[in-house]
Amino acid sequence: MRRSGFNLGLWLLLSPLLLWLLLLILLPHVDLLLISLRERVAPREYAFSLGNYREFFQEPLYWRTFARTALLSILATALTLLIAFPVSYYVAKMLRGRIKNALFLLCLIPFWVSELVRTYGWMILLRESGLVSNLLQWSGLSETPVELLYNDGAITVGLVYSAMLFMVVPLITTLDSLDDSLIEAGYDLGGSHWHVMWEIVIPHAMPGMVSGCILVFMLTLGNYLTPTLLGGKDSLWFTEQIYTQFITRFNWEQGSAFGILLLMLSSLIVWLGLRLSRQSFAQVMS
Amino acid sequence: MKKIVKRITLYWFLGMTLSLGLSAQAETLRLLTWGGYAPKEVVDLFEKETGIEVKVTKSNNEDMISKLRATGGAGFDLAQPSQDRIAGAQIEFDIYKPIDLSRITSDLFIPSMLDATVRNTSIDDRVYGVPHVWGTSGLIVDQKAAGSVHDYQDLCDEALTGKVSYRLKRPTLIGFAFAAGEDPFAAYGDSGKYQQVLAKVEKLLIACKPNVKKYWSGSDDLLNLIRSGEVVAAMGWDAGGWKLNEENADIRFVAPKSGALGWIDTFALPKKTKAEDAAYKWINFVMRPEIAAMITASAGNFTASKGSSEYVEDGLKKRFQESFPSEAIDNIKWYPPVPAGLEEMEGKVLDRVKAAK
Repeated sequence: MRRSGFNLGLWLLLSPLLLWLLLLILLPHVDLLLISLRERVAPREYAFSLGNYREFFQEPLYWRTFARTALLSILATALTLLIAFPVSYYVAKMLRGRIKNALFLLCLIPFWVSELVRTYGWMILLRESGLVSNLLQWSGLSETPVELLYNDGAITVGLVYSAMLFMVVPLITTLDSLDDSLIEAGYDLGGSHWHVMWEIVIPHAMPGMVSGCILVFMLTLGNYLTPTLLGGKDSLWFTEQIYTQFITRFNWEQGSAFGILLLMLSSLIVWLGLRLSRQSFAQVMS
Repeated sequence: MKKIVKRITLYWFLGMTLSLGLSAQAETLRLLTWGGYAPKEVVDLFEKETGIEVKVTKSNNEDMISKLRATGGAGFDLAQPSQDRIAGAQIEFDIYKPIDLSRITSDLFIPSMLDATVRNTSIDDRVYGVPHVWGTSGLIVDQKAAGSVHDYQDLCDEALTGKVSYRLKRPTLIGFAFAAGEDPFAAYGDSGKYQQVLAKVEKLLIACKPNVKKYWSGSDDLLNLIRSGEVVAAMGWDAGGWKLNEENADIRFVAPKSGALGWIDTFALPKKTKAEDAAYKWINFVMRPEIAAMITASAGNFTASKGSSEYVEDGLKKRFQESFPSEAIDNIKWYPPVPAGLEEMEGKVLDRVKAAK
């Protein structure tokens, strides 16, 4: 009697989480998978088929977009890490007290406005009649207006900027937890800056770096807004393809297949990343 | 006797207040429409007259079909897709409900436009759409910088490298096909022939790519590109061109030599509409000439309401006449209904154009 009561309580406590997982994560994905496995044969008639996946591999356009998206996302993630690491190190290790908090806050402030607004901000800066172009002309570095928008560089800048926070926060947290005396000991034992960084700081920060990278990579890969707004006339992004299939082509089947493929790609790359950095998922997420 | 009269009046009052209260609670019209088609002053007037509250959702053709498809035609009480996108979507997804023409005051409509829309949106004698707003797409040209642009292909002139914009959507394919001397509408029924036309257009659009600054995605996007002077010639809607003309007299909407593309946005009932009465009331209300003129003022396009042009401000009429001499009106190519499956062929062409270097 007591035992079953205990179980009921546990189930009740668990039910919001289980319902969330089942209704909002598991079921939609199962549905997505089922839709991706059918094909329209006539109006309002569908049949089982692998045609949507075949289409993906046969049409070079699709898998090229796919590869492009993955590569640009990896590049953006690496750049984010490169920029965020010195910043986080400075905030976590070089500063103390008030100014440390103030700088940390400064990293957060841009994220108080929505991503859309921030992207529009970049558009104002980078466009041909925009701020940067005018500045270059005014300083005499350029004779004619410069177009910095609508290319892959602009996309990368936008992606790095919009994902920066998700790298900085885990990095600062892990670097903060590193005992300063360990660094001192490193120097005492005659280590150079490089040695201390490589043998002490980076191994300690590894879980934070990997979890930051996973977050940033997932966010960039699934980003729709930034590539669409900042991208140029030949910059395709895979999420944009999914959107087009669903909304403008009315081809839910193809769009679902693309969705499943994107899910598989991102899982694969994250798995590879964990393998290469010799981290376990549980350790990184803790 | 007096008592009875008193009692009757009391019941009558009670009944009235009760029904009023109920109707005030239940009567909302959820309208799925385009920007500018339901301006606030019209919504307010309608609410004052009928007590029905109108909830406006702004959308576009593809979005409307997707939204209604996702719910099987629920969530909205009245939609406004273009007339060429109704029959195909209805056959494919079954999202609309036939319209009872007897509940529409047909005297309010321009007869030729009503007939054409009814014909184009009918499936087996059931009618799915009546006309509301019509307009064209053509060329928006800065006369000073690109005065030589008279047709779609002129956008690909070398002198305009990096200064042109159009959409990567089906109107662009159709426009360039006409400019190349093809008749895509005649090829609608023959997918082999249509594929040939598309292949020709694909080549043109890829060759034209160096001229394109950006493929525009929304009307505001385009207007900003032209306002800033970054784009001097573009394919776009007439209303946008006239709006820019009002701000800067050099920018004009030009009906292309090969013909502007004419569209008619309609009223269509979603299959699971919950306020059919309100929907018919709204249709008959906004088609009144003076109300229709208010919509023209806000959307920038003319309506199918008979006699409403008398109420339209002269500036817009003048801009229309400048863009459309009478032979240009006769040359407008009106979209016939899009057969199902065509969009998939077009989609691949658009993808390839976008991917081409």
